[in-house]
Amino acid sequence: MIGAIRKDFPILSRRINNKKLVYLDNAATTQKPKAVIEAISNFYLNHNANIRRGVHTLSEEATAKFEEVYKKTAKFIGAKSVDEIIFGSGTTEAINMAAKCFENSCFWDKEGEIIVTEMEHHSNILPWMSILDRKENIFGFSNVKNLKVIRINKDGILDLDHLKSLLTSKTKIVAISHISNVLGTINPVKEIVKMVKENSSALVLVDGAQAVPHQKINVQSLGCDFYAFSSHKMLGPTGVGVLWCKKEILEKLPPFLFGGGMIEEVYFDKAVWADIPHKFTAGTSNISGVIGFGAALDYLEKTGLSLIEKQEKELVSYCIDSLSNIPGLTIYGPLDISKRGSVVAFTLFGVHPHDLASVLDSYGIAIRSGHHCAMPLHNKLGISATARASFYLYNTKSDIEALVAGIKKAKKIFKV
Amino acid sequence: MYKEEILEHFKNPRNKGVIEKPSVRVSVKNALCGDAITLTLAIRGDKIEDIKFSGIGCALVTASASLLTEHLKGKSVKILNDINDTFVLKLLGGEITPARIGCALLPLKALKQIKK
Ligand SMILES: Cc1ncc(COP(=O)(O)O)c(C=O)c1O
Repeated sequence: MIGAIRKDFPILSRRINNKKLVYLDNAATTQKPKAVIEAISNFYLNHNANIRRGVHTLSEEATAKFEEVYKKTAKFIGAKSVDEIIFGSGTTEAINMAAKCFENSCFWDKEGEIIVTEMEHHSNILPWMSILDRKENIFGFSNVKNLKVIRINKDGILDLDHLKSLLTSKTKIVAISHISNVLGTINPVKEIVKMVKENSSALVLVDGAQAVPHQKINVQSLGCDFYAFSSHKMLGPTGVGVLWCKKEILEKLPPFLFGGGMIEEVYFDKAVWADIPHKFTAGTSNISGVIGFGAALDYLEKTGLSLIEKQEKELVSYCIDSLSNIPGLTIYGPLDISKRGSVVAFTLFGVHPHDLASVLDSYGIAIRSGHHCAMPLHNKLGISATARASFYLYNTKSDIEALVAGIKKAKKIFKV
Repeated sequence: MYKEEILEHFKNPRNKGVIEKPSVRVSVKNALCGDAITLTLAIRGDKIEDIKFSGIGCALVTASASLLTEHLKGKSVKILNDINDTFVLKLLGGEITPARIGCALLPLKALKQIKK
């Protein structure tokens, strides 16, 4: 099975520094199967045109292919309607979009409070800070008020009692990641949404960048109001992301970007917006990217997320067991496999994560090192950086064995 | 990249610490990895009487700071104008991969602030 999957990813047969590539940086971006690459080149070779604008054949073909992906996406995440899907450039843009629309909507008032968690990626912190900052300084935010932060415990799990104590009638939005890109923690989104709704009138935004690629999600059963994720972390091309928003909410949000394709009528003294979701997508979309993303969704559906999830759980379990046996190595996040996704962040005593990543690279092994855009989390953990291995459907046990062997070689070089 | 000399300077960094009441103090951060380095210098007349570095860093940052401070200590401040990227990379024995050049040059980035 995995052998067949691996054949679909041409890049996996590349050699790096004269070694077989072992790609363990999937949380940053995943590799792309031939089907995705071919869908994009086929579009440019045979169907390229702008969408929803022309009556000519190519434009009709392009539009049909593009619209098809709305349907696939809605189905993939269990959305009630295709009108709830907004395409943007990635998770980051999706959250920024949500924040901008929210800031100018009836859901926000200037005295409002926003809650995030200690484990958030910068892209689920800064857009909210931008609403709360007094904007007195052009070099950064310097006066952010009313941002509340849910604590994590020593196992990297959210303290829900703390969340409960933070919720008030002033809370307007709670923004949480579904799965942490560092700790791997799977947050109990359903439970959190229930708690938020029982104790406030806040909306809930979920950053699903690390969840949608790895497990079957259903936005309706989660109960949240917004859900954001990126195509490139789930076999699709870069430059495509999704913001899902509940229709009842979306209908009450103002647009944030103005231009072609988002209007019904324009005069010099007034304009009428198009219906949702087009009202939120001004300008020419990333048409080929969205079509490539559609091919990625097909690939994932065909393989089956339950199989992917099962395979990854086995890998993570094997990885944690193997790494735990290495003296001087510390793993972050929950050790209970049922509570974690497929990222494993760790540090090795006496070897800086950057040095470890460089040594591993010399053996063809790609991992990530640094703070993974979660500086506040690393501050909380009291470290400046971690090394991170992250898995996807084409990874095997032998990849983990290579990782372990590489770490041992680094220990030898650094004499630790 | 991890030559004996680099590893030796990483394990036993020279001039590690902070000079109390320094003539100059400069700090830089590498936003990519969170590494941070602070240099303190004691300058008398035009001579660098003492120079120390502190902070957290990978082997390349640490070895680069160690080698660089070793080179500068006791010299005339004029030398600060002559030290450039090429010089520091040579000091480290070359062969730094592109992704790590930022690490290798972090201490120099701090030094450059002094000239300003
Ligand atoms: C949890 C999480 N949120 C947000 C992002 C940002 O995604 P993108 O860079 O695709 O916008 C990432 C990926 O880096 C992530 O892991």
